[in-house]
Amino acid sequence: MTVQQLIDSSGFSPVNAGGDARDRAISGVYCCDLLSIAMGHAPADCAWVTVMANMNTLAVAALADVACVVLAEGAALDDASAEKAKLQGITVLSTDLPVFDAALRVHTMLR
Amino acid sequence: MNDRIVLTYHVSPEDFTRAGEASSDVKNKLKQMGVSPSAVRKVAIAMYEGEINMVIHANGGDITVEITPEKIVMILKDVGPGIADVEKAMQEGYSTAPDHVRSLGFGAGMGLPNMKNYTDDIQIDTKLGVGTTVTMTINL
Ligand SMILES: Nc1ncnc2c1ncn2[C@@H]1O[C@H](COP(=O)(O)OP(=O)(O)OP(=O)(O)O)[C@@H](O)[C@H]1O
Ligand SMILES: [Mg+2]
Repeated sequence: MTVQQLIDSSGFSPVNAGGDARDRAISGVYCCDLLSIAMGHAPADCAWVTVMANMNTLAVAALADVACVVLAEGAALDDASAEKAKLQGITVLSTDLPVFDAALRVHTMLR
Repeated sequence: MNDRIVLTYHVSPEDFTRAGEASSDVKNKLKQMGVSPSAVRKVAIAMYEGEINMVIHANGGDITVEITPEKIVMILKDVGPGIADVEKAMQEGYSTAPDHVRSLGFGAGMGLPNMKNYTDDIQIDTKLGVGTTVTMTINL
């Protein structure tokens, strides 16, 4: 499943759809809110589900090469962070679902 | 690729919104140079952890990145408080990060372990009250 297909069919709201990388294939789902654990363990090209919504989340997402960020529990980026997501072409989606349910939805769509 | 390219960055203290800019610039440049995606990812992860540690623990500092066809060497130098017990600091889970930083998602005590795991060599030269220099090498 590509990032674009996740955007189209997940029901998650796109905070930033992302730039050129929407045809990227999602490799799996990863959940963690502690940034350096995510940095060390999130697989490249995964969908990263977290409630940590800030500038540093985006830095980790970009540097660890995740395919997209899914903000669970209604977590929201502030305006400056949303702007950075746009500038850096990082796909960010948001949902009111808890972390497990959001991850399960992506996982199910991947199968 | 030129034989040797040197990039330098200044990292400002306590600026969490800009932290990571040096690492992302290096990442983009390495990509453009055609360095393999897996090596680029290792550099990005290790350098970010070092960069953010300078911001959180050391009042910022300076980073030099040397790129040759054989290897990438990152030198992160700060004049912060130094690390009292390096062996302890390298342990997973050890952190002295203050609460305002933990609330941003830092403080798992995984930064230095990531730096070790994603590089081929790491040297930490530190002295209390003087500062810390972390040198990381990734072979290409
Ligand atoms: N440049 C530095 N100057 C002074 N102390 C440092 C420096 N880098 C790391 N430390 C010390 O080593 C500890 C462990 O660092 P490490 O990066 O592993 O974890 P952390 O930064 O506390 O949390 P995390 O990286 O998981 O968000 C820090 O809490 C801090 O006490
Ligand atoms: Mg750290």
